[in-house]
Amino acid sequence: MAEIMKGNHAIAEAAVRAGVTFYAGYPITPSSEIMEYLSGRLPELGRVFIQAESEVAGITMVMGAAACGVRALTASSGPGISLKQEGISCISDEELSCVVINVARYGNGLGTLFSSQCDYLRETRGGGNGDYRCIVLCPESVQEAVDLMALAYELSEKYRIVSTLLTEGALGQMMEPCVLPEFIDPPKVSWGFDGKYSYKKVGIFDRNPYQEGIDLRKKHECIKENEQRFETIDVEDADYVFVAYGLPARSVKGAIKELQAEGHKVGLIRLITAWPFPEKAFSVVNSHVKGFISVEASATGQVVEDVALYSKKSGFGHVPAYCLLNIYGIPAIRDTKENFKKIIAGEIKEVF
Amino acid sequence: MAKSAKVPTIIDKPMGFCPGCGHGIAIRLIAECLETLGYDSNVIFGIGVGCSSLLGGGLQTDRLHCPHGRASAVCTAFKRVMPETMVIAYQGDGDAYSIGLSQTTNAMYRNEKFTLFVINNTLYGMTGGQMSSTTMPGQKTSTSPLGRDCGATGLPMRFPEMVASQFNAAYVARGTVINPAHINKLKGYIINALEAQKYNEGYSIVEILAPCPTNWGMTPVNAMAHIQETLIPYYPLGEFKTREKK
Repeated sequence: MAEIMKGNHAIAEAAVRAGVTFYAGYPITPSSEIMEYLSGRLPELGRVFIQAESEVAGITMVMGAAACGVRALTASSGPGISLKQEGISCISDEELSCVVINVARYGNGLGTLFSSQCDYLRETRGGGNGDYRCIVLCPESVQEAVDLMALAYELSEKYRIVSTLLTEGALGQMMEPCVLPEFIDPPKVSWGFDGKYSYKKVGIFDRNPYQEGIDLRKKHECIKENEQRFETIDVEDADYVFVAYGLPARSVKGAIKELQAEGHKVGLIRLITAWPFPEKAFSVVNSHVKGFISVEASATGQVVEDVALYSKKSGFGHVPAYCLLNIYGIPAIRDTKENFKKIIAGEIKEVF
Repeated sequence: MAKSAKVPTIIDKPMGFCPGCGHGIAIRLIAECLETLGYDSNVIFGIGVGCSSLLGGGLQTDRLHCPHGRASAVCTAFKRVMPETMVIAYQGDGDAYSIGLSQTTNAMYRNEKFTLFVINNTLYGMTGGQMSSTTMPGQKTSTSPLGRDCGATGLPMRFPEMVASQFNAAYVARGTVINPAHINKLKGYIINALEAQKYNEGYSIVEILAPCPTNWGMTPVNAMAHIQETLIPYYPLGEFKTREKK
């Protein structure tokens, strides 16, 4: 039965049900309710909760727990996720599995408390030093966030890669009906420490970075091939295809419904995985499409770069890519419709 | 205490330390103590960045190369997830005290029930002998070429003394490796630290004064003498907090 739950609480409970036995993190708005919820819930179940002294320590504790083979979680936002990059890079280097939740807030540096998508490029490009990506899942509703939690761990363990659940401040704070998943008992991973050195590690100075690089590329290619997730609406005969994720995508769904009622042929590609980017979605797009329109909560335009790259890769190199930026928050249906009309009138120029 | 003449079984192959380095003796002692206590096949190491990293290639044990300075955060998680397993953070002074002071202090502050061994050779060894938090007043390093000016860089840090006087740790000691008598004493400290963990008494730390002939620009013998004459007067040896009698 559906319950009305706050996004952050629902996500935290979904993590518990996905078998998370370890949480370490540091409070930051608008993600704090996740750790607040888990601070009571995990000990109640005999699992581990640690309020770390910093985000740096929190992600590093997650690294330790992940090395022991348990499902470990941390959550943060904005500058907190920046501090976690050292650990995320090290976890990626060790090919351990874990999930990081980014309840994104707007701004550089300390930023603001506004809901945003300004971390798109950082999240989809790895984030820390080195040559790795994280699988990035971006839900549009509390229900989808809850449903993606177990998948985030499954993918993380299948590929030994960090999974990021990229939500937005508003999604964490809003209340919606959702059906929580069943409790699962996750399978044991082969690389968890047991104190007996059952899992043999290559010595720190015996590693072969060249061969590791080749293997890493294969792994990333395999993920790109097999793990793209997306939703399309009416792209097969659309003149213009919107591309968006998260809450802005939900708003765009409303806009295209109204635009279609007015006779415009518009569709939507909604990213569910931001990395791997769902390039396969472009293969079903109308071959005579006149433009792609990224709708995103950033100031500089981030998703549009991927839209341009992957539309080109899919044979739409000549098709313009536009970008509608509402900086933070959720774009109003009215604004998306007005801006769409400016695009077809040539008043808004393409970015690429 | 039982004398262990044979090489502990978890020591797999030679580790690449410089001639006259103190790490080898410390690691051998830790391995012997783990065997004595029956934990040599129930142990996880969190390994620091620096010369301490070389432990990672030589021991047949579970171990994780931690981000620089963060071994105490990693070991916090190891111990919370696997409370029955011996968990050891193995770090140098630059790793544990300089860059890692926050993680080291906070693990101790929470009284996490693992053991930290810090090899204090008063500088960053692997990166070429730069000044650390334990560099002696006036000591020349590659980043204090005129000698450490404590007025501008602070006084050398005595971390075990801080732990013993301010926090609720179970066992705190400082030893050294400069001669057999000191090595035997140090072995006693290591056993105590590991037993404190074994019996769930709380956080334990042993700092080990170790020579770095390469970066001190000394022969191994002179480096040992330098510890005796210069370091020990500033970094006194002994137990700063003993285990409570049960």
